[in-house]
Amino acid sequence: MKNPEVTYVTEEMKEARGVWGSSRTSYPITDTDIRRWAMATHYPERPPRVYWDNEYAKTTKYGGIIAPPDFNPFAWSLERPASMARGLSGARPDGKPLTGMNGGQTDTYGVPMRPGDVITARSRLIDWEEREGRLGHTLYVRTEIEWRNQRDELVKTRISIAIRY
Amino acid sequence: MSITFDEIEVGTKLPKWSRKTSFAEWNRYAAVNEEFVPFHMDDEAGRRAGNEQGAFGMGNLRYAYIVNALHDWIGDEGRVQEVGCQYRAINQKDDVLTVVGEVTEKNVIDGRNVVRLDVNVVNSAGDPTCPGHAVVEL
Repeated sequence: MKNPEVTYVTEEMKEARGVWGSSRTSYPITDTDIRRWAMATHYPERPPRVYWDNEYAKTTKYGGIIAPPDFNPFAWSLERPASMARGLSGARPDGKPLTGMNGGQTDTYGVPMRPGDVITARSRLIDWEEREGRLGHTLYVRTEIEWRNQRDELVKTRISIAIRY
Repeated sequence: MSITFDEIEVGTKLPKWSRKTSFAEWNRYAAVNEEFVPFHMDDEAGRRAGNEQGAFGMGNLRYAYIVNALHDWIGDEGRVQEVGCQYRAINQKDDVLTVVGEVTEKNVIDGRNVVRLDVNVVNSAGDPTCPGHAVVEL
């Protein structure tokens, strides 16, 4: 149930709703980046060959090494993204800080990432809702993140939910 | 051998995919994802963050385990199309995490063989930690 007397939604959120923010671009992905990622996430087992053996990968429908879908090309960037402006993740009317939790995510994948690809990401607020929950008045904010490669092909869309209370 | 579309039915279970997780796994993941958060690396920092048992694992690594389990099931010619999950419980040190899943739908859409599953990551105590869903194409 929503308490109409209380809202954590800010004017900044209303202005930013649906508007794509500034984008950031990764360094080119290398086959070593991909192999290390696959080794770390499969450890202590050996990862699938399509992630590290180019001769084998050529025989698959991908025609070469691909990255695991969950691969993050933005790790080890020198430039850090500016953290989201304060008002965009809600605020208490009394000024006390809100506590944040990751409410989960859904990733939908497009074309696979490959060595040599350069990925550009952008994000926007989609919408939000407020409810009275176990933790008191709670704001749920949905954000969309989109990744595209250097050919403007869609690589990934992530819908994530941030919980603020 | 990976599974074929014909072998899959609603109710088919994903083969269990397990990893014991501790600093060896978390530190490797921190290194590739540049995820050096103190409560994933240090017991005192974990306790300060409210987990009495100390350091705890990354949600992103559990997500990777779901993706890996799906890939191992469908093979290199299959494709993981969508994965969604919620992080409901903490991954404690030395937990054996097991990815589980069950097929809920099987459809041919525009000539593509598409399978939908419910998935989860279960800890050593048998508790589900990460309910979610996945869509794969074979």
